[in-house]
Amino acid sequence: MAELNQVSAADFELLPNDRKRNDETIEKPSLSFAQDAWRRLKKNKGAFVSLWIIIAIFLGAFLSVPYANTTTTSKQNVMQQNLPPRIPGNIPGFRGEQKIDGEKFNAYERANVKKGETHIFGTDQFGRDIFKRVLYGTRISLEVALIAALIDLVFGVSYGLISGWKGGRVDMVMQRIVEIVSSVPNLVVFVLLILIMKPGLFSIALGISLTSWTSMARLVRADVLSLKEQDFISAARTLGTSPIKTGLRHLVPNVSSTIIVQLMFTIPSAIFFEALLSFIGIGIPVPMASLGTLLNDGQTAFQFYPYQLVFPAIVMSVLMIAFNLLADGLRDAFDPRTRD
Amino acid sequence: MTENILEVNDLKINFHTDNGAVQAIRDIYFNLEKGETLALVGESGSGKSVTTRTIMGLLAKNAEIERGSIQFKGKELIDLPENEFRSIRGSEIAMIFQDPMTSLDPTMKIGQQIAEPLIKHQGMGKKEAWDKALDMMNLVGIPNAKAHINDYPHQFSGGMRQRIVIAIALIDNPEVLIADEPTTALDVTIQAQILDLMKKIQRELGTSIIFITHDLGVVAGMADRVAVMYAGQIVEVGTIDEIYGFPQHPYTWGLLNSMPTTQTNKGSLEAIPGTPPDLLNPPVGDAFAPRNKYALAIDEKKQPPYFQLSPTHFAATWLLDEHAPEVVPPLTVQQRWAKYKQAHPEADKKQAKPVDASAILSR
Amino acid sequence: MSGMVKYVLKRLGIILLTLIIIISITFFLMKLMPGSPLANAERLSDTQRQVIEAQYGLDKPLIVQYWNYLVNALQFNFGNSFQFQNQPVSTLIAQRIGPSAQLGIQALVFGIVAGIGLGAAAAVHRNTKTDTFLSILAVLGVSIPSFVFAALLQYYVGLKLNWLPIAGWEGFKFTILPTIALGMQPMATAARFIRTEMVDVMGSDYIELARAKGLSSNDIVWRHTLRNSLIPLVTLIGPMAVNLMTGSVVIEKIFAIPGIGGQFVSSILTNDYPLIMGTTIVYSMMLMVVLLITDILYGLIDPRIRLAN
Repeated sequence: MAELNQVSAADFELLPNDRKRNDETIEKPSLSFAQDAWRRLKKNKGAFVSLWIIIAIFLGAFLSVPYANTTTTSKQNVMQQNLPPRIPGNIPGFRGEQKIDGEKFNAYERANVKKGETHIFGTDQFGRDIFKRVLYGTRISLEVALIAALIDLVFGVSYGLISGWKGGRVDMVMQRIVEIVSSVPNLVVFVLLILIMKPGLFSIALGISLTSWTSMARLVRADVLSLKEQDFISAARTLGTSPIKTGLRHLVPNVSSTIIVQLMFTIPSAIFFEALLSFIGIGIPVPMASLGTLLNDGQTAFQFYPYQLVFPAIVMSVLMIAFNLLADGLRDAFDPRTRD
Repeated sequence: MTENILEVNDLKINFHTDNGAVQAIRDIYFNLEKGETLALVGESGSGKSVTTRTIMGLLAKNAEIERGSIQFKGKELIDLPENEFRSIRGSEIAMIFQDPMTSLDPTMKIGQQIAEPLIKHQGMGKKEAWDKALDMMNLVGIPNAKAHINDYPHQFSGGMRQRIVIAIALIDNPEVLIADEPTTALDVTIQAQILDLMKKIQRELGTSIIFITHDLGVVAGMADRVAVMYAGQIVEVGTIDEIYGFPQHPYTWGLLNSMPTTQTNKGSLEAIPGTPPDLLNPPVGDAFAPRNKYALAIDEKKQPPYFQLSPTHFAATWLLDEHAPEVVPPLTVQQRWAKYKQAHPEADKKQAKPVDASAILSR
Repeated sequence: MSGMVKYVLKRLGIILLTLIIIISITFFLMKLMPGSPLANAERLSDTQRQVIEAQYGLDKPLIVQYWNYLVNALQFNFGNSFQFQNQPVSTLIAQRIGPSAQLGIQALVFGIVAGIGLGAAAAVHRNTKTDTFLSILAVLGVSIPSFVFAALLQYYVGLKLNWLPIAGWEGFKFTILPTIALGMQPMATAARFIRTEMVDVMGSDYIELARAKGLSSNDIVWRHTLRNSLIPLVTLIGPMAVNLMTGSVVIEKIFAIPGIGGQFVSSILTNDYPLIMGTTIVYSMMLMVVLLITDILYGLIDPRIRLAN
């Protein structure tokens, strides 16, 4: 206890009670819910990269309208059938070379293609440029998915809000309906709809959302049911705020994270479902093409011209992975349980 | 002379988080004697649970034991290989958890849950283990135990479930029982029943108990000795009489002052202002200083040593230093002191001497 | 036990009601269809048409037709197919339901078993490289469409390596590639679910108590963690079955499997209404039976629900 001796008498004076204390300061900067979620999303590398990939794909698909549209993508050129990928420069795999029965040759030279002309994803059996078709197909797939998500948003959310908010008998009947709808396979529902409606962008999106809205409705209802019991909602009700106003002011913002996350899951499943429909030939009608149409075309030629399937498959898979990762990331970012 | 069944020596534990190392336990010393009940008292986050998790060898992966030792019957527990620890855990040192509603496996019959340690530790056959489990259910007071041995946890009330948790802890006849806030989640009437049960068990089985709580009121009828923890340190330790009758640390005063008793005067119940410090960057001096009405200048510069008041009573506060001014403790504490001095005329805080922390262990 | 019987009866009632609704909707949708269901209708004389219409009962009032259809449909009698030489739809479906059911069940079993294994491995090794690797695998499995998998498997395993047949349905060997392709998504879904669930359970108080009992980590994983995580997995089987049904349509097409999926697609493309309606109803019924079975299963294995009723 030698060091004790260095202590002076002044050290043993009582500190004044009104001294400045720093124990009440909160060390973390205060963030709004959205800022907090954004901060955590940025920390999730996979989700954040996915967000940029999705933005890039969107920009590519929607800014390429003059370059890749119904006219340019359906232009057939029998002289340039099944050309393998070639890009300027001399990159292995992109030289336009092809091997059939062990014989290697340059397909571009054999087809007498002009020197400077290249097709970076190659061409299909009608000589159509696959890169343009992929851009166009992605756009159509995204459009279908967005329309389906929008229908989900409008119908599923209001259904869930009403069901949860009204409660009682209304809720019971509405939930029975949800149960019945969700016990019918989505393909069946879609087929029945497509029998009476002409296949097209909107009818296909409608067909997709005809089954997917139920999960949105269920989630929103569950959220509303638990929110309804909370004090700030009761307070708003007691103060005589109209139900619609209460709903818009208090419920929707609090349910919004659930809605956003669910939408992020709806979009890839709509893309998938549309691709599946187009793949079996009951989706987007020609001359339109979606990723599913391209995959179907590619699959038939896969054995001899694998690149015709590989490029649309890569774009489709990347899109699906990015959406799924972003949705996972958003769900974690919004979930207060994972907050550090 | 009683023997120490457990000795915790200079224990320091950090938790590594994204923001840095949280110093959860900062140099604590204490011992547990055979057959006694030691209460660890403090607010949440004071390090009570971390201490007992360390004794059980159940620390989270991000915890690092910087230094220190834990001797159980002379055997070092720190860095004990997992398979050896496993044979101690649940058989020689057992634990009761806080919330009986969540601490039982919902999909396993309770007979199986109680018998499991016997089957695993002693290699006992199922029939024999279940018979033992039935005996234990009777001992902890589960009515009509035979009819309920095949039931699942959700078929029991909270109080009954806590009895089952106690039965699980006691089934292999442990020498040390750690009870982590065993009554916090229960109704007041059930609390008393569970406390009575624990006292009865200690009488019958001679188990040593470490009783963790944030409620000094619960401690009164239970413990032989009390260690008060604050911000990862033990700030005062002594027998139950010493802590209740002759408390020295302002934090102990605060705890006692915020606890209602039959003698509490109207309006004299007082909360301790503020919140515990952030253990990412613990304060330089006495961690309690910022909340302390009786803080001295030195409290902000230097940590106080332990001052020994009796062979069993230690308090870490500069107020016991010979240079310290005389302060007037809260009224309830003054009353406690007065009463204590009647029974123990020799008690005098002026005789407190600074000692090394390890003195807590040498009796 | 009577509670269980009551519950099952109630569910069967709801299934029947749903089926009647679906049958009614399909029937009236068909009636709304433009054009005649008869092939080469314009080339038939009026007498011929009347004969045929009488043969199909198309001359009776709508409500009578509806009632007849409903009664017949509930007895699995969906009339005759237009495209396949007027064979009864029920025969066509019965002939082809075997491969579809086998593929579906195999894919479901493969997906769930493999998914549980991968999910448990990820949970046990959570926050390690194994976990990261398995998570990436799971995201790929959930994201990449089954028909892309199918094409890749067909090309590499079937054509390039020549290990397994790429098309047809003539024995177990033929079922392997389609089963894997179709089972990929349920596998990834189950793996993700089991991982999350197990990590959740591992943080629970009763696992801490199990550790405090001195159980080995193996015991804790097998006896307490996995057991509690598997129960809620049952609720996932229903949604998985829906996806499998949809997915099987494509997989059957790619691998040329003689199942009802492929037949359903061709019936849609050729406007074979009786076959579309029959398949629609059979699909819905199968799904509802799966949902009912999983619900009963859930009640049987979860003591909390089992004893509650």
